[in-house]
Amino acid sequence: MAAIAAVTVLSLAACATDEPAAGPSGSASAATGSGTGDQSKFFVQADYDAELALLDAAPTGPADKPWEQVLNPTMVDTAKFKKAGPHKICFSNAALNNPWRQVGFKTMQAEVEAQKSRIKEFVHVDAEGKDQKQIADINDLLGKGCDALIVSPNTTATLTPAVEAACKAGLPVVVFDRGVDTKCPVTFINPIGGYGFGHVGAEFVSQKMKPGGKVLALRILPGVDVLETRWSAAKVAFDKAKVDVVGVEFTDGDPAKTKKIVDDYIQRYGTIDGVWMDAGAVAVAAVEAFQDAGKPVPPMNGEDQLDFLKIWKDKKLTAIAPTYPTYQWRTPIIAALRILDGQQVSNPWKLPQPTVTQDNLDQYLDAGMPPLHYAMCGCTDLPGYPQRWK
Amino acid sequence: MQTVQPRSLPLRLPRMRPGGVLPILAILAVLLVLVGIRQPDFLAPQSLMSFLGRSAPIILLAAGQYFVIVSGEFDLSVGSLVTAQVVVAARLIDSDPSRTWPVVLLLLAFGALVGLVNGLITTRLRVPSFITTLGMFLILVGAVYLWSDGAPKGGLSEEFRRFGRRAFEDVPLLGRVPYALLVLVVLAVAAVLLMRSDFGRTLVAVGDNPRTAELSGVRVWRTRTFAFILSGLAAAVAAILLGGYSGVSFQAGAGLEFGAITAVVLGGVALGGGRGAVVGAMLGALTLELLFALMNFYGVSGALRSTVQGGIILLAVAVSATRSSSR
Amino acid sequence: MSALSLLPARRSVPGVFVALTLTLAIGWLVVLLDGGQLFNQSTTVSLLHVAAGLGLVAVGQTLVILGGSLDLSVAYVISLSTLVAAETMNGSDGAVLPAIGLVLVVSAGVGLLNGLLVTRFRVNAFIATLGVGLLLKGYLDNGYDGPAGTTAPSLVQALGYQRVGPVPVSFLLLIAVTAAAWFALSRTRFGHHLVAVGGDPEVARLSGVRNDRVLVTAHVLCSMCAGLAGIYLASRLGSGAPRVGTEGLYDLESIAAVVIGGTALAGGRGGVIGTVGGVVLLASIDAIFNQLEVDAFFKQVIRGVIIIAAVAVYARRAMRKAA
Repeated sequence: MAAIAAVTVLSLAACATDEPAAGPSGSASAATGSGTGDQSKFFVQADYDAELALLDAAPTGPADKPWEQVLNPTMVDTAKFKKAGPHKICFSNAALNNPWRQVGFKTMQAEVEAQKSRIKEFVHVDAEGKDQKQIADINDLLGKGCDALIVSPNTTATLTPAVEAACKAGLPVVVFDRGVDTKCPVTFINPIGGYGFGHVGAEFVSQKMKPGGKVLALRILPGVDVLETRWSAAKVAFDKAKVDVVGVEFTDGDPAKTKKIVDDYIQRYGTIDGVWMDAGAVAVAAVEAFQDAGKPVPPMNGEDQLDFLKIWKDKKLTAIAPTYPTYQWRTPIIAALRILDGQQVSNPWKLPQPTVTQDNLDQYLDAGMPPLHYAMCGCTDLPGYPQRWK
Repeated sequence: MQTVQPRSLPLRLPRMRPGGVLPILAILAVLLVLVGIRQPDFLAPQSLMSFLGRSAPIILLAAGQYFVIVSGEFDLSVGSLVTAQVVVAARLIDSDPSRTWPVVLLLLAFGALVGLVNGLITTRLRVPSFITTLGMFLILVGAVYLWSDGAPKGGLSEEFRRFGRRAFEDVPLLGRVPYALLVLVVLAVAAVLLMRSDFGRTLVAVGDNPRTAELSGVRVWRTRTFAFILSGLAAAVAAILLGGYSGVSFQAGAGLEFGAITAVVLGGVALGGGRGAVVGAMLGALTLELLFALMNFYGVSGALRSTVQGGIILLAVAVSATRSSSR
Repeated sequence: MSALSLLPARRSVPGVFVALTLTLAIGWLVVLLDGGQLFNQSTTVSLLHVAAGLGLVAVGQTLVILGGSLDLSVAYVISLSTLVAAETMNGSDGAVLPAIGLVLVVSAGVGLLNGLLVTRFRVNAFIATLGVGLLLKGYLDNGYDGPAGTTAPSLVQALGYQRVGPVPVSFLLLIAVTAAAWFALSRTRFGHHLVAVGGDPEVARLSGVRNDRVLVTAHVLCSMCAGLAGIYLASRLGSGAPRVGTEGLYDLESIAAVVIGGTALAGGRGGVIGTVGGVVLLASIDAIFNQLEVDAFFKQVIRGVIIIAAVAVYARRAMRKAA
C-alpha cells in the first residue's frame, strides 16, 4: 500500500521509456583448438593479436606514473563536456567482493581525496555482483545530477544497454576494467587485458618446464569473460608449445579445494611439471600442495598478491606474476577530470600491464603490507598510504 | 542418470532399519572400488591417511549438522561460521605464535556462542531454524567482510596451521598420520558415545515427535539448543583444521552448509528429524569427499562436475528413500 | 519439515505492510536529512525493477512453500530461462512468442522433475531441488562461457524498459501474476487443496485430496514463475546470462521474501500478497541503503537481522492467538 502511495506521489502518468535506441551488438569469431578442448567463445583472434603486440609497445606519458600512461594513444576531443568545477563524480561499481576490487577501490578513494579541491562529491554505488542491480544503479545515478559517470561493468554484454542509456543522458561516461559493446563512452580504460595475462604466464611455464611435460591449469570459474580470455590465450600458447595439459580444473577460488585437486593430480600423474592459473587467489595453496606432498614446486605463475610474492622469494620458486594492475582504478578519476576540463583523452586508454619477474621481484615485495594486497596498486604516493590499504 | 538403475532393485537386501548405514556403506564401497581400479596406490595406507586427514573438517561438520537435523532442525550458518572463524583467527593471531592457544579457545567459545544464539532464537522465539540460520549466515558473512574491510588481514601462525597441515611422521604400518585424522577419530568416537547416552536418545526422541517428548518430561528447547551448540563447536573445530590445511581466505567455508546437509541426508538421516545414525552422517561426508577425488582421478571435466554430483546425490537419496518408505 | 512447526494453521493479515510503511517513512526521512530524495523518478523506477525480478520468483516460491515444500533450484532455472529465451529469439521480433513458449515448457519440465522427486521418489524437497539445481549448474557451466543469445528488441523495449509513469511494465506483470496466484489460492479447488496439504498432509489425504498431484502442480507453477523471471531478466539484460540467477541469490532471497511476507515455512499458512510486500520491503531497504551509500556488507547484516526479527514477530503473534 505504501508503495502505491509512493508511486502516486510521483504522478507522472505518461508513457515513458528508459530504453536506448540501439540494441546490443557485437559477436565473437570462434577459433578452433586442439588437445586442450574447444576454444572459448570469447576468443577473438584480432583482439588476441592486438594485445600480444601491445605487450611490446612503448607507452607514452610519465614513466613513474604508469596509471597516466597510454599505449598507442588515439586522442578524442572532449570540448563539449567542458564544465567549471568543482565536480560531482558518480561511480557505478560492479562489486567489492574480492581483494582485487577492494584494493582497487581504496586506491580510487585515495585518488579522489588527492583531487579533493576539484571534486565536491564522489558518489559510489556497489552493485554487489548483480547485473540487474547495476542496471538499476546506473539508471538511479542518472537522476542525481552527476557531472561525470564512471562505470565498472559487471558483465560486458548485459550492461551495454544501461551504459548506452547513460551516454544518451548527455554526461561524459568513462568505462574501465571490463568493457561494453558500444562506442558511446568517452573513453574505455583498461590494461592490455586477459589475453596478455594468460599468454605471459603460459609462455613462461612452457618455456621453463621440460618439453612435452604435464601442465595443470587452475581456473576460478567458468563463464567470466576476463577469465575466459586469459585461459583462451594460455590455451593457444600451450597448444603451440605442444605441452601436455593434463587437467583444466575450476577451484572457485577456494584454497582447500585447490589443494585437494593438486594433491590428487600429483598422485594420479606422479609428477606435475608446470602449473598455470588464471588468477592468483589460490597460488599459495597450489604451492603448499606440492610442499605437503614432498614434491618440488614446478614452474608456475601467480599474480601480484603479496602472499605469493613472499613465498616465491622465500622458497626460491621458478615463477612469474603477470598482473592486472589495480592502479587502473586511479585512471578513471584522472580521465573524468580531464574530460570535464575539455582536455583531449585517449580512447581507448590502454594502460601498460607490467609483469613481476625474478629480476624485479624485490622491487614489488613490501613485507609491511597485508598478504592479499596487490603490489601493482600504484598507491604509494597517495594520501593515507600505507594505513588505508592495511 | 535417473534411468541407470531401476527403481525396484531385483536384488533384495535384508530389510533395513530405516535410517540405517547399509546403503551409504554400499555406495562408499562402490566408489572405493572405482577409485581402486583407476588409481590403485590411492588405497595404500599413506595416501589413504592423507585423504582422511583432508576430509576431517567436512566429516566433523556433517557430525555437527547431524545433531541439529536429527533433533528436527537445520543449520545453514555453519559455512559462514567457518569462514568467519578462519578470518577472525588470522587477524587475531597476526602471525604471532604465542597467541595460538588463546585464539583456539576463543574460536571454540565463539562457535558455541553462535550455536547458542541460533538455538535460543529457534526454540524460544519460535523462528524456524531455516530462517534463523539463514539470517545468521547473512549476518556472519556481512560482519566478517565489514570487520576486515573486505580483505582478510593478518596471518595464521605455523603453530595454528599445524593442526590441519602437519602429521605424525614415520608411524609403523601407516606411515604418516595427519593430526587432523587423530582429531577426527577422537571426536567421532565421542559423537558415537554421545548418541548412545541418554542425551542421544533424548535428541532422537525430540526429533521424532517433540510433543510426545515434551509430555514425557523432556525440555525440548534445551535439547535442541544443545544440538545447535554442538554444531557450532563442530564448525569451530572444522575451521581450525581447514584454516590449517589451506590458510586464510573468504572462500574457506563457502558452500559447506549445503555439503554438510547433503552428506547427512546421503548417510540415511531423515530431514525433519528422528531417524538416522551419526556414523551414517560422517560416512556420507566421506562419500562426498571420495566422489570429489574420484572425479579428479577420472578427469571428469571441471564444468560437468556439478551434474555428476547432483545426479549421484539424487539417485542415492531417491533409491534409499523409496526403499525405506515401503515399510 | 512438518516437525518444524508447532504453530496452529490460521491465516493472519500480513504485518509486512506495517513494516514496509515504517521502513519507507523512516527511510524517506533519513535520506532527506542526508540531503537526498528517496522518491524521485529514477529511484522509484529502479526499486520497482528490482522488485519485479525477485517478485516473480517469490510468488512461485510462495506456492511451493504453502504446500510444505520449497524450491532451491529457482536460481538455475532463471539463468537457464534467460538463455533459452535469448537464444531462441536471437534478436528477431518474430520469435518472441515461440521463445516465451519454449521457456515456459522447459521451466515447467524442471518443475515437474522437482515435483516428481519430492512426491513419487519421496526425496526431501531441500535435497531434491538442490540436486536438480546442481544438474542445471553443470549444464550451464559446461555449455556457456558467458552471455549468449540476443533478446528481441521489441521485448527489450516492452518488458525491459517500457513503463507507465514511474511503474515499469515488468512490475505490472508481477501484479498480474500475483493476482492470478491470489485467485488460484483463494478461489479455486487447487488453492484450497494446496493449503490443506501444507497444513497437514495426512488430514488432507484422508479428506480425499490427491496430495501428490497438488504438490507437483505447485512445483510446476513455481518453476514457470522462475521462467517468467528469466524472460524478464533476458529482456532487461538484452541477452541470456548463465550466472544471473545465482549472482542475484534468487533462491535464498525468494525464500526470505516469502517468510518476511508472513507465509509459514512449514506450509499451510500465508499468501502471495504478503510475499509481494516482503519483496517490496527488501527492494526498499536496498534503495534506501543505496541512497545513503551504505556499505553492502553492513546491508547484508541488517538483512539478516530483519529476516529473523520479522519471523520472530509473526511467531509471537501466532503464539498469542493460540493462547
